[in-house]
Amino acid sequence: MRAVVYGLLALLYLLHTDVWYWDDPRIVLGAPIGFTYHVLWTIVVTGAFWLVVRYAWPVELEATAEHPPDAPADPPGGGPAEVPSS
Amino acid sequence: MTLAVIAVYMALVLAVGALSHRRFRGTGEDYFLATRSIGPFVLLMSLFGTQMTAYALLGASGQSYRTGIGVFGLMASTSAIVVPAVFFFVGTRAWAVGKRFGYTTQVQYIRDRWGSDRFGLLLFVALVALLIPYLLIGVMGAGITLADISGGQVPTWVGGLVISLVVMTYVTYGGLRGTAWVNTFQTLVFMTLGAVTFVYVANAMGGLGAAFERIGGARPDLLVREGHYSPATYLTFFFIPLSAGAFPHLFMHWLTASKLRNFRTTVIAYPICIAVVWIPSVLLGVLGVIDFPDLTVAESNAVMVRLIAAHAPDFLAGLLGAGVFAAVMSSLDSQALSLGTMFTKDIVLHYGYDRKMTDRQQVLVGRVFVAAILVVTYLLSLVTRTTIFAMGTWSFTGFAGIFPIIVAALFWRRSTKAGAFASLFTVAALWTYYFIQGWGQPDYSVGGTGIMPVAVIVTAAALAMVGGSLLSPPPSDALVRKFFPS
Repeated sequence: MRAVVYGLLALLYLLHTDVWYWDDPRIVLGAPIGFTYHVLWTIVVTGAFWLVVRYAWPVELEATAEHPPDAPADPPGGGPAEVPSS
Repeated sequence: MTLAVIAVYMALVLAVGALSHRRFRGTGEDYFLATRSIGPFVLLMSLFGTQMTAYALLGASGQSYRTGIGVFGLMASTSAIVVPAVFFFVGTRAWAVGKRFGYTTQVQYIRDRWGSDRFGLLLFVALVALLIPYLLIGVMGAGITLADISGGQVPTWVGGLVISLVVMTYVTYGGLRGTAWVNTFQTLVFMTLGAVTFVYVANAMGGLGAAFERIGGARPDLLVREGHYSPATYLTFFFIPLSAGAFPHLFMHWLTASKLRNFRTTVIAYPICIAVVWIPSVLLGVLGVIDFPDLTVAESNAVMVRLIAAHAPDFLAGLLGAGVFAAVMSSLDSQALSLGTMFTKDIVLHYGYDRKMTDRQQVLVGRVFVAAILVVTYLLSLVTRTTIFAMGTWSFTGFAGIFPIIVAALFWRRSTKAGAFASLFTVAALWTYYFIQGWGQPDYSVGGTGIMPVAVIVTAAALAMVGGSLLSPPPSDALVRKFFPS
């Protein structure tokens, strides 16, 4: 399913460059069609990201971060100090 | 009346910042990252507010005034797909690695990831150099806005000064929690006011349909992309929003999320937020041609403000001014805080004071750096003269060039510091070359093909990363296991 939703994002990328409306000045839904197309395209993108979150969410990352298998004992250089504030 | 509304708005911003301070725990972790406690809605608003600046409002409306409706497809809808994708693929992984190892800045992570202090320092220099122009966009935008709204009575240096002082106050006082809370408030303000202003002005001009009929008669070129943008420009502009993956201020905001699932709201809602801000901005820019047909390039950056002044009552003009200030400050605060944090963590603490400073001292140093950065930015804004759009494009181009380095660090086990050096040097060389070639030419493209320099720079940076890594010895098993445990 991940491949499908990622494929959908790739398809939307290709549909973004709407050469078919490039020099079309018609007014559709109150605005030039080249503008209206991209507003509608943006709404479709929102739906696509809902699918991404629904079917491709990286749950394994949260588990790794919350329960690291081999976290270092010391913080990194310049990281949060362990010195009490007072 | 207009200035009174803006003054009241500034007081509200300071009040929200002061309110956030009640939750301040007095630790460095709390000042710099709000103790990684931010929920989904504030994360969305703070990330979105940080991304939207004078570039999206003033720069975009000015660009639309000059080149028409194509600006929305070129800049807004590309961001609507690329930025959430960056949050999904890169932001979530950055959050995970930050949570595991306690990182606060990109440089901390990158330095450890390839075990190279020198590369960390080089990246620090590059990020600071690219972020300063981005800060300038905000300060200069504030000056232009206040000067135009007041009909020239308030000089441009006053707007920049006011905004710098207000941001300095709540960022030094409230840290990242204050920044996130104020960003949420300000993002709601400029999203609402942009839409209200657009409806008001469009009605005052006889409705959108009538307005476009008049534009179709006088400037039909503004209703189409032909003559202003080529399909190649559209295809290659997609590289610009990749800069979101390399912004140090966004990196810090990612790390503030309390849970990974908090990113979900941002990924889904971001495109709609983009549309809400950019639709009024682009359309008002185009409509501005009706009332103000002969603006210069510099004047066109304030076309939205002029429309408000011409068609709206003083009160609404004041509200829009507040909205523009909101957009400006919601970026400026995060950028200034991230720079202050980088100077504190990546320089002061890393080079000698890591174990010598208490949390309170770290917070104090961070506050001093934030104040110093805002003072320097303000002074630079007094002597800088260029269009907001040009500054933004070149800054974003540089950050986009760094994106392959961030991706390689997060995803590619075989990547090495030699590859990272090669990639960054490639970006520096090509960016400088194209900057010199394209300066003063708003429509500059590679060899006049319509292909934007950013496409070449990002591609070359990625190739240099791959080539440099494969030609150098592989990283140690211990290093790989540390960052890729599974």
